[in-house]
Amino acid sequence: MDERSKGQDEWVREDLVVVPMRAESAADAISQLGARLEAGGFVKPTWVQAALEREKVFATGLPTPEVGVAIPHADVEHVSRQAIAVGVLEEPVEFGEMGNPDGSVPVRIVCALAVAQSDLLVTLLQRLVEMFQTPGVLRRIAGARTPAEVVDIFRQHLRFEEAESQDAGNRS
Amino acid sequence: MEEKRVLIACGTSIATATVVAEKVKEIAQKAGIPVRVAQCKAAEVRGRTSTFDPHIIVATTPVPKDLGIPVFNGVPFLSGVGMEALEAQIVEALKKAE
Repeated sequence: MDERSKGQDEWVREDLVVVPMRAESAADAISQLGARLEAGGFVKPTWVQAALEREKVFATGLPTPEVGVAIPHADVEHVSRQAIAVGVLEEPVEFGEMGNPDGSVPVRIVCALAVAQSDLLVTLLQRLVEMFQTPGVLRRIAGARTPAEVVDIFRQHLRFEEAESQDAGNRS
Repeated sequence: MEEKRVLIACGTSIATATVVAEKVKEIAQKAGIPVRVAQCKAAEVRGRTSTFDPHIIVATTPVPKDLGIPVFNGVPFLSGVGMEALEAQIVEALKKAE
């Protein structure tokens, strides 16, 4: 499979990044990011409701080191084109913890995933998990002040080729 | 050693379950334990437990607690927090399983 032809390098665009973001709740954050995705033509109008429903059943808060992350998403039928909308919250909101019905995670980085094919979701998730586990990356995202900075960080870490030669961007 | 069966469950059976399945295969191979892995949706866990007869379950979503086999929360494979402890617990459980 030619990864590049699928546009894997272009998951995040500046108009899909909200920084700083203010949200009252997880649902509010999901709705705001869903509105961005919809405005850009990446998801259908049903996406927000579907993502909110899914979040109630399968929470997506990840108790990652340093900074909590959530990866709300909806099923592929609500998606038109792949993208990630990213919200960097000034004050954390509580997301349910994935896999733990009693737990919650204070989340400062919300990555709303729009993926139109399930096999691509798997690939994306593997890249994201690696990215989240790379020391310092989440702190850099949380400290970003402009959408361009956030886009740069995601580009460095979600790139399928050249992933090993991104030293220049790893300065904090 | 006899092949051990691991059932991996997540919300939709594809995304997080696949990430976790790759990890489980990797750590089992490192520990020299042959494993067979199956993935399913959270709602299918009870049914697949009776048909696949897994030795352990690793789930990224809540699953029934009365299945009579060890169930591990696989989220550390996604968050990176507590991953080494979880790896050790899974290897231990696979070695003990009969």
